[in-house]
Amino acid sequence: MTCAETITNYALRSIGIGERLLPRTDFDLCQQITLIGSGLIWNLYFASLALFFGFFFATGIAMAKASGNAFLRRPADAFIFLFRGSPLFIQFFLAYEALVLLPRAGIDVFGMTVATSWLTKAWAGALIVLILNTTAYSAQIFHGALMSVPKGDLEAADAYGLAGWTKFRRVVWPTMLRLAWPSYTNEAIFLFHATTLVFFSGFPAFQQRGDSLYYATYFADKTFNPFVAYPIVAGYFVLFTLILIGLFGMVNRRLNQHLPGAVKRLKYRPQLVR
Amino acid sequence: MLSQCSDPAALEGVPWLMCYLTSGKHMLFYASFGTVLLLLAITAPVALLFGFGGAMASRSRILPLRWLGRLYTSMVRGVPDIIFFLFVPIALDQGLEWLRHQYLCDGDAPVRQGNDFVVCAAAKLPLSTSPQWIHEAYGFALAVVAFAVVFGAFAANVLYGAMQAVPRAQLETAEAYGMNARQVSRRVLIPQMWTYAIPGLSNLWMILIKATPLLFLLGVEDIVYWARELGGAKTSAFTYPHPDWRIYYFLAILVFYLLMTWISETVIARLTRRLSAGQATMGGEAMRKEAA
Repeated sequence: MTCAETITNYALRSIGIGERLLPRTDFDLCQQITLIGSGLIWNLYFASLALFFGFFFATGIAMAKASGNAFLRRPADAFIFLFRGSPLFIQFFLAYEALVLLPRAGIDVFGMTVATSWLTKAWAGALIVLILNTTAYSAQIFHGALMSVPKGDLEAADAYGLAGWTKFRRVVWPTMLRLAWPSYTNEAIFLFHATTLVFFSGFPAFQQRGDSLYYATYFADKTFNPFVAYPIVAGYFVLFTLILIGLFGMVNRRLNQHLPGAVKRLKYRPQLVR
Repeated sequence: MLSQCSDPAALEGVPWLMCYLTSGKHMLFYASFGTVLLLLAITAPVALLFGFGGAMASRSRILPLRWLGRLYTSMVRGVPDIIFFLFVPIALDQGLEWLRHQYLCDGDAPVRQGNDFVVCAAAKLPLSTSPQWIHEAYGFALAVVAFAVVFGAFAANVLYGAMQAVPRAQLETAEAYGMNARQVSRRVLIPQMWTYAIPGLSNLWMILIKATPLLFLLGVEDIVYWARELGGAKTSAFTYPHPDWRIYYFLAILVFYLLMTWISETVIARLTRRLSAGQATMGGEAMRKEAA
């Protein structure tokens, strides 16, 4: 099989398009690069959707945590403690076991049957766990930034007669995002890296359609050689992490564009987040 | 095992549960919490040592050493840690066996034959004749090294930043007193850097706690292993038949981790307070005003 054939056969293998059977003997470099790259579709799917939903939920939870009302603050605190205080690995296991317990046939709600079996699939169940997890971490970051919004900014907003939603939308929220952005970039990178845990923890890979690390382990197990497959998946991750930093850097420049002086480069300090 | 538990089938309700929870396998499950704590207790200082070496290397005057340090500290940035956890133990294992193969085996058959990694019986690690506990200890040691490499790189990042954060004036004063480079770093730089390193290191500790379930992936019989083993549905062929109870076992593990986090947070808050006493920082200044 030539490399071009391998690519047409396996490039979309992880989402069920193309050749069904995985190579079993005579693994060449092209097969490994193609299949591991194909698995990366899942990592990007999980990371992008979890970050998208998590961003909005986290803003809400951060506002609840900052609120004076104990009925809002307490649940937000508990939620953040629960998801930041326990390992994602265990959260995946627990979520899977809990979702499997739901009745197979679906739940009757006012005569309508709500299907539940799709929840035990990785694309839905693992995505929900990832969304909740990133929501908790991001909410903590956003809350810290919210507490650091300068008092003068709020007084200026009051002086302009801004209040309620307008004040939040035009003063508080942009400043909060600007302050939180470097830490939030770290969180996004951690989440992207955490997507590799999905198929190692409870959620089965349906018809061997797994993520990039799933295929890398497949090759490492079959060839008994870790020195090819793992560097390939590491290379893919370095590349996409750099792209992620680039994208978040663009947003960072936009958030800081009104400030005098040069825009500070976004610094990635992995140790200071989670 | 308790004496009244000799015939579990005759028991019901609370006595049954008591017997169930004190069975031999459950004792192994409780002991595996010790495995996790042992891993933490060994890995944390070793990783700190690795991190210290990495940070010192990144600051070295010798160029190749500095490159090595920078490479080590930056390798964890772009690559998920789980890849290292999968890669390091097997790479280390094969590397050691290859080395032993060179010395202990006669004949020069290649180590890699097709999709197999073949060394002679004398070069196997651990030897196939060695008792079970050596195999387990070897697996655990590989896991410790994998954790130490990854978290050492994280720690090197933190310590490098902390060393850079010590005010330049402090070091210059030490130099003015006539100390040489080694004395400056031992007497001034290293004692002062901890207050800057504590937030980063405490975060790292939290990440380390939450990375321990990955032991399961390395084949160590840890709490996740036993939770899956004990929780799975047991038919009446077993002494204690029960349906699928894995969710309760995982809930117990979740509570264990939440407790660990809570205790760590409390201890770290105290430590931060102690370390910022007498420092020229905002925290130290606040404490000085409080005392005055």
